[in-house]
Amino acid sequence: MKARAFAYVRPRTLEEAHAAFAAADGDASFISGGQSLVPALAMRLQAPQVLVDLAGVDALRGVHLDGDVLRIGALTRHADALTDPLIRRHAPLLAAAAPFVAHPAIRNRGTLGGSVALADPASEFPAMMLAMGAEMEISGDAGLRRVPADEYFLDLYQTAIEPGEILVALHVPAAGPHACCAFDEMARRRGDYAMVGGGLMAERDGDALRAVRIALFSVGPTPVRARGAEAALEGRAPDADTIAAAQRALDGDIDPMDDAEVPAAMRRHLARVLLGRLIRKLEADQ
Amino acid sequence: MTVPAPGLVPLTLTVNGDEVARMVPPRTTLADFLRAELELTATHVGCEMGACGACLVLLDGVPVHACLVFAVQAEGQKVETVEGLVARGALARLQAAFHERNALQCGFCTPGMLVNAYALLERGDVPDREEIRDALSGNYCRCTGYEAIVDAIETAARAAQEESVG
Repeated sequence: MKARAFAYVRPRTLEEAHAAFAAADGDASFISGGQSLVPALAMRLQAPQVLVDLAGVDALRGVHLDGDVLRIGALTRHADALTDPLIRRHAPLLAAAAPFVAHPAIRNRGTLGGSVALADPASEFPAMMLAMGAEMEISGDAGLRRVPADEYFLDLYQTAIEPGEILVALHVPAAGPHACCAFDEMARRRGDYAMVGGGLMAERDGDALRAVRIALFSVGPTPVRARGAEAALEGRAPDADTIAAAQRALDGDIDPMDDAEVPAAMRRHLARVLLGRLIRKLEADQ
Repeated sequence: MTVPAPGLVPLTLTVNGDEVARMVPPRTTLADFLRAELELTATHVGCEMGACGACLVLLDGVPVHACLVFAVQAEGQKVETVEGLVARGALARLQAAFHERNALQCGFCTPGMLVNAYALLERGDVPDREEIRDALSGNYCRCTGYEAIVDAIETAARAAQEESVG
């Protein structure tokens, strides 16, 4: 349970960080909070020649409102999602999800960028990027580019980030005056990985919901948009019939697999129950 | 930039108020550094993967798993361990309450419990039992069943508040 020996560099700029990766011929890992990477190194699931510590790169820091988009630097810690006034106000879904992420001491250290770059299919923040329609700002050879969440998650632990590229910031559309959101998950114990979880964003238009976005996690190799359920809710007041219709539609949105702990049929059932809870939470918050 | 050699790296940080400068292998975790290099063995190493909470220390004032931080990542930062907290009397009420309520048996998990409890009580109010349980959700205890630990932390919080009011 000890990492293999590696060299350590702490660049100050993105250019230096990319140069360090290139100098190691790609046999390097970037570290930010390290709450997933350090155990992976300790178990030797990864054994890079060089560890490139991004903690000193200022371009990855800070939370700013830029017009109607909230820019969240990749090094922003999970705990900041609970306390940062800009995140609480303009990205309330992140604040709602944060108490469910791991345990308090992990949240003190883990970073939002690290979580979204790793893209664990069972973790909360990557799926919330999908629910919020965020864009990921990525630094690579060609400079900076932005990838919408709908195009970012490719497969199990695979994202649009290419080897050697760095996730710089998360750009979240700021929640408007009529925005509402809900988060929930089902885990066997608090802080454990969820058997199923999800987030919902919408705009209120009288009794009706519009611009509905729902993303679920722990239901497949990537976070999943529940487009059928979104369509069933769109433009409607979320009464019992509409909720039931959305739950039926959800069956076509997800394709969970059997695993050792949770059979696929149980995950489908839990996802339907969760969707009902998300919608009712939304209404309770009105 | 050339490939750095995987040798020793200079590290300067503050541990329990004292500046410490050492050469360390980058792969050494903060937990191993504290225990083996500084002989501060109150920080316990259990699972080495951030699950058990026995290795919690304060890093720049907030609890983190010392097994999930490489020592080199703590460059220039302030580390406080149970030894430091005890030396400045910061754990006196918690220690008394743990003793009184039998909130430990083997004691392996206790340092991590104390670090988390200290950080929780630093807020200055009396947390409810649900908040205490949530704060301890990443701390395993295989002896006590947690009830006595929650009791002790609640008692220490009340004692602190009575003292500040009285």
